[in-house]
Amino acid sequence: MKATLDYILHLADNALILGQRNAEWCGHGPVLEQDIAISNISLDLIGQARSFYQYAAELKGNGTTEDDLAYLRDERQFRNILLVEQPKGDWAFTTLRQFLFSSYQQLLFQKLTTHDDERLAAISEKTLKEVNYHVRWSSEWVIRLGDGTEESRSRILSALASIWTYTGEMFMPESFETASGIVVTDLETAWKEKIKTSFAEANIDAPENTFMRSGGKKGIHSEHLGFILAEMQYLQRSYPGCEW
Amino acid sequence: MEKITDTIESIYEILGRVTDPEVPVLTILDLGIVRNVAFKGDELIVTITSTYTGCPAMDMIAANIRMELAAAGYKNVRIEQSIRPAWTTDWMSEAGKEKLKEYGIAPPDKRFTIPEDGVGCPRCGSNNTRLVSEFGSTACKALYQCRDCQEPFDFFKCH
Ligand SMILES: [Zn+2]
Repeated sequence: MKATLDYILHLADNALILGQRNAEWCGHGPVLEQDIAISNISLDLIGQARSFYQYAAELKGNGTTEDDLAYLRDERQFRNILLVEQPKGDWAFTTLRQFLFSSYQQLLFQKLTTHDDERLAAISEKTLKEVNYHVRWSSEWVIRLGDGTEESRSRILSALASIWTYTGEMFMPESFETASGIVVTDLETAWKEKIKTSFAEANIDAPENTFMRSGGKKGIHSEHLGFILAEMQYLQRSYPGCEW
Repeated sequence: MEKITDTIESIYEILGRVTDPEVPVLTILDLGIVRNVAFKGDELIVTITSTYTGCPAMDMIAANIRMELAAAGYKNVRIEQSIRPAWTTDWMSEAGKEKLKEYGIAPPDKRFTIPEDGVGCPRCGSNNTRLVSEFGSTACKALYQCRDCQEPFDFFKCH
């Protein structure tokens, strides 16, 4: 079974939007080494997005390019989950989000490396090597902040309280996933186990019975996506086809 | 047209002049990113793979390959990207690892597949070193500091 165009776009959009969000830290990180780390992760995510957009552009045909897909689609056409478009918040929010998302990507890409769609499998295999770094780095931050000072702990707890409502969407199946042979519900248990281990070290508990927000996969986004697209797409829309 | 009869070896020789813009002591052959060279009709096809997906040097490397080949008379060149198998530092040449060390970058070391304290300092050779950050000046490197000679240095991560 081949993956559908919408599914590839969904994977690309997740990576692009989070890459863009993390890039907001560039030059503003808490210390130089961590500024470099989050910028590197940003670069990895944008690289991932490019691989997926290049594939999507080929599937779409008619001379479509990766840039058309990143810069010339409107908000409603983006298929990313709500989690990745939320503002970067403080360092606790950024690292916690990275941990929750990268842990999800790790499980997903492990699965996708054996997908029938060879191109999707190849991209996933390559990307997984980078995602492993992201998981390790972000889990260390979650532990450090949770098991750190009173201030750091209160930061991570408040990040957790505001972020949790966006985690459920990762495991809510959308038609383009089903049509591509992906069963996201299967990943949820493993994901919870995975994050529990680091949460235990950080001495924090995953919230329960939280209402889960969704809509991103269907193109119905929070108000934040429009702003990030405006900033990201401005140049290509004002000066079509412009290059460095 | 007479160029088509040239050997693949001579193409590799030309490609050996193209260096990594971010680590200029390494050629693209040292890095192991050239996966195949082939003639198809009168077209020369060079297949390369990226180190990391977001490596910003890849476009420049592709442009530099074109330039070197054009200077040697090869104008009809197609550069293809392969994704699988994914690039690994196992493909880096031994000569490349030596060059890295001389340049002041600790080469990939299998004992540190996950970066941690102890990677050999490329300046004084001490193993009394500490990992500062898993992410260094570029995606492929981690940042270290030597506790003996005090120098900060990059470690080319196993990947
Ligand atoms: Zn030293």
